[in-house]
Amino acid sequence: MHGTLYIGTRKGTFIVDRGRDGYRLRLAGHAGTSVNYVARDPHTGHLWAALGFGHWGAKLSRSEDGGETWADASQIKYPADARYLAPPDPSPEDDPAAPSRFSLRPATLLKLWVIGFGPGGRIYVGTIPGGLFVSEDGGESFELNRPLWDHESRGGDLSGVLRTEEIGDRKTHWFGTPASEGGEFAPGIHSIDVDSEGRLRVAISTAGVLESHDGGKTWEGCNRGMTNDYLPDPNAEWGHDAHFIQSCPAHPEHVWQQNHCGVFYSADGCATWTKVSAPEKGVHFGFPIAADDRDGRTAWVVPAVSDQQRMAVGGGLFVGRTDDGGQSWRQLRKGLPQESAYDVVYRHALSAQEDRVAFGSTTGNLFVSEDRGETFVAVANYLPPIYSVRFG
Amino acid sequence: MAQVELTQHLPTLFPRLAGGPLQVEAATLAELVVALDGIAPGVAFYICDERGRLRRHVNIFVDGELLVDRQHLRDRLEPSTRVFIAQALSGG
Repeated sequence: MHGTLYIGTRKGTFIVDRGRDGYRLRLAGHAGTSVNYVARDPHTGHLWAALGFGHWGAKLSRSEDGGETWADASQIKYPADARYLAPPDPSPEDDPAAPSRFSLRPATLLKLWVIGFGPGGRIYVGTIPGGLFVSEDGGESFELNRPLWDHESRGGDLSGVLRTEEIGDRKTHWFGTPASEGGEFAPGIHSIDVDSEGRLRVAISTAGVLESHDGGKTWEGCNRGMTNDYLPDPNAEWGHDAHFIQSCPAHPEHVWQQNHCGVFYSADGCATWTKVSAPEKGVHFGFPIAADDRDGRTAWVVPAVSDQQRMAVGGGLFVGRTDDGGQSWRQLRKGLPQESAYDVVYRHALSAQEDRVAFGSTTGNLFVSEDRGETFVAVANYLPPIYSVRFG
Repeated sequence: MAQVELTQHLPTLFPRLAGGPLQVEAATLAELVVALDGIAPGVAFYICDERGRLRRHVNIFVDGELLVDRQHLRDRLEPSTRVFIAQALSGG
């Protein structure tokens, strides 16, 4: 439903409809369960939710009736020969043997993080530990994208490597994130960008951005111009902590990235990135970013102070917007709390559609603007921690 | 055959498992999980991961004792064995 908001929270899925007399919010399913991401497939109208049960694992859930009822969908499972290189765990025993640089881990699903939709019933799911799963049949079945899983940047094809001792000189440039449900440190795909020209992009914490021009058969890193402030080489090709990327639907060569180390913008389809942070405007650190539907030079962010202070800047909440490709930023504060507000907004919890902008915080506040962020209204203040906000 | 009781979470998610202890034909815990999945398709992936290992925050008790083999669930069951499947409480 156009203009409807789908909200994933720590305690369930909520749906917000826009009626004549304002917004109407309802608990639409998964009560008590962590919902990392929920979105509507524009091609089928089905709703998809990425659940994270604390005890029972990560599960995909689907509704074919607009959220009235939900059922487990076809589940995502790593194949038996999917393995990855990880930093070795400290030995549980006093082991005099020299530690290995990497250890070989069998892949199991640690988190369903993001869901993307493509034409022809194609559905993409980004997971921890870094697997992209693809359905070509509307979600009836999912398969691990092997070319990305086996990418040279993470050590190549490890399906025939059975033991850590057999790793040899293979190495991975994909680091990790502790964002999985159990806190295991492993890479995660949190951004899936399917553009109107058939390009497929993913962003990974912590590796960077990869792109495919052939539907996922081959992948190339596209991190030129990216900089970091936590590796020995600030211009390293890999190791970038993208927090979220999104391209402009109407002009997909314009791509936006909120990164751990600032806001980056590409006007050439990810071939090169330019840092467009404006620390003097409070625009630098944060998690989400939303590209405008029509104007590739417009984007919104909801900044936090820094990686050490993941909270609203100065105790007052604002949305940053640029209309000129990041050359200048405005702070949009009207309708947002300006005192004693320490909200932080997660990577999937900011969304834009036409003139509407919506975001939700881990403090349970949900705000919507219908004038491109000039003014906001609070739709809810006491929701569970909000993980995702998506227009449908 | 073994008698299986489940934390109430699982029958809530899988109503076919509701109604009290279940009598399940199984010689090992691994077979028992397969048998439960026959009754309630999908439940095996709630109890175990895709490699058949017991999920970290799930416990199975066999006649009151915590299972031995979390990796392969080879613990043997007798016809009189009572099995209890529970979420592992982690405090908080």
